[in-house]
Amino acid sequence: MDFLQYAIDLVAILLLALGIKGLSKVRSARGANQLAAVAMALAVLGLLIHYLGTTGISSAAWTWIIGGTVVGGVLGAITAQRVPMTSMPETVALFNGCGGMSSLLVALAAAFFPAAFGASGMVAVVSIVISVFVGAITFTGSIVAMAKLQGWLSTPAWMQSKARHFVNIALAVACLVAAVDLIAKGGMSVQGLWLLVIASSLLGIGVTLPIGGADMPVVISLLNSYSGVAAAAAGFVVGSQLLIVAGAMVGAAGLILTQVMCNGMNRSLVSVLFGGALGASAVAGGGGGEYTNITSCSVEECALTLEAAERVVIVPGYGLAVAQAQHTLREVTRSLEAAGIEVTYAIHPVAGRMPGHMNVLLAEADVPYEQLKEMDVINPEFPATDVVLVLGANDVVNPQAKTDPNSPLYGMPVLDVQQARTVFVVKRGMSAGYSGIKNDLFELANTSMVFGDAKKVLGDLLGELKELGVGKK
Amino acid sequence: MDSIFVNALWVLLLGSLLGLELIGKVPPTLHTPLMSGANAISGITVLAALTAIIKSNGSIPLLVLGSVSLGFALFNVIGGFLVTDRMLAMFSRKPARKENR
Repeated sequence: MDFLQYAIDLVAILLLALGIKGLSKVRSARGANQLAAVAMALAVLGLLIHYLGTTGISSAAWTWIIGGTVVGGVLGAITAQRVPMTSMPETVALFNGCGGMSSLLVALAAAFFPAAFGASGMVAVVSIVISVFVGAITFTGSIVAMAKLQGWLSTPAWMQSKARHFVNIALAVACLVAAVDLIAKGGMSVQGLWLLVIASSLLGIGVTLPIGGADMPVVISLLNSYSGVAAAAAGFVVGSQLLIVAGAMVGAAGLILTQVMCNGMNRSLVSVLFGGALGASAVAGGGGGEYTNITSCSVEECALTLEAAERVVIVPGYGLAVAQAQHTLREVTRSLEAAGIEVTYAIHPVAGRMPGHMNVLLAEADVPYEQLKEMDVINPEFPATDVVLVLGANDVVNPQAKTDPNSPLYGMPVLDVQQARTVFVVKRGMSAGYSGIKNDLFELANTSMVFGDAKKVLGDLLGELKELGVGKK
Repeated sequence: MDSIFVNALWVLLLGSLLGLELIGKVPPTLHTPLMSGANAISGITVLAALTAIIKSNGSIPLLVLGSVSLGFALFNVIGGFLVTDRMLAMFSRKPARKENR
């Protein structure tokens, strides 16, 4: 019987590894995700077979298994179906937090009932400590990240100040004290356990709360890596090798992904975690100031220029997603394409709220995948472009990042839209972007601002183009 | 050091190395789905939660803890895989559509 479980476990691990591998290629991604889901089902099956063949599973246990499965599974399925594509980062954070919570609860169960798990001795206690610590940080950190992205929570002023470092250090010391106490007493310290739970939960909040919205995706990715670590620690607690492998894989892969994301934003992980919000430093660090020399134009003028263009590049940003304008945009580009105008989309690595988020949103609106071009590909093409339409993007098209060494954005890779013949920036008002930094692009001679909500402007634009007879044969 | 623990450490080490190797290059397009998919896999703590329930030996607090833990983990797993699939479905349906045109 044990042989069967080992075989199933091996297959499950193999499929999980293939799943993670496949998820990093566009063509294989969907199948890889399904493969990983199958692997997970196999792993559960293997575990059930193992216990059915050895100790058996009591009917009370079945009841609670089915209860937990139905509640968690149904809620998860409903959430996955209902959530809009624009809220994807928040959703990932929520799911991730729940994974952390699960590891935390298992570790607590093992700490209170060591006999049931056969979990005694140094190894078990250390695993419990790690699982509780990482699980609690993952849970509260993810929930804070979700609440901040949803706009339910803003950062209190003192959290922006240096004082937060002392608070966080104090919390970390409290965690350490609790951990040492627990380990010294062989896990038999209820006070130590609760201190660890409370201090690590607060630490998760304290570390995540000051981080600005633009950096949040990196934090979510890092927390995702943590939940893998928590799972691996839980694997040590219950003595499951499969859990250890899978947790370690997710932990390591998550770390790599976090690093890749940081590179895309030209931010180091350290500055994301300890530097605080980008906007806070922007006020002090130059780059501010009032706008002069703004040219604004009507939707009609914009339509006339578009009609005469041969090559048009769309630069979508989060503003587009917020306005839910991706479908209207698709109609506009359809009519332009019908008129023989070449349309491409320039996707900055961090367009949207998370790398790859914008691709998902545009795919939802039926934009052909081949028309999305990455920054390195599209940048050399801007000088040969007639019209650039910037929709709800701001910091990613700020030329300051290349020209002004004093700017907080300096060094961040940006799209060189100013090299195109004409740039239209659709924006609701002159308010600053995520980073709170003035955008020099808006003052350039070849830039015109079209003020208004992205969806409304695009709707009007569509009307104007129709009147001009663009795209009708 | 008992051998089971040493074995487990080896497993941890090799699993970590595997994870580091698996994603060397990821196109930015896939960052969000990959994060979401990896996140679903981290819900593998279902195994730990199931173990807790099965080994509870009728102890009600342990059953409850395990069951709640199982609920959280499955919320992560089922929700995570489904939402990843929803995202990826948008990429993969494109070529099929194009042929229809």
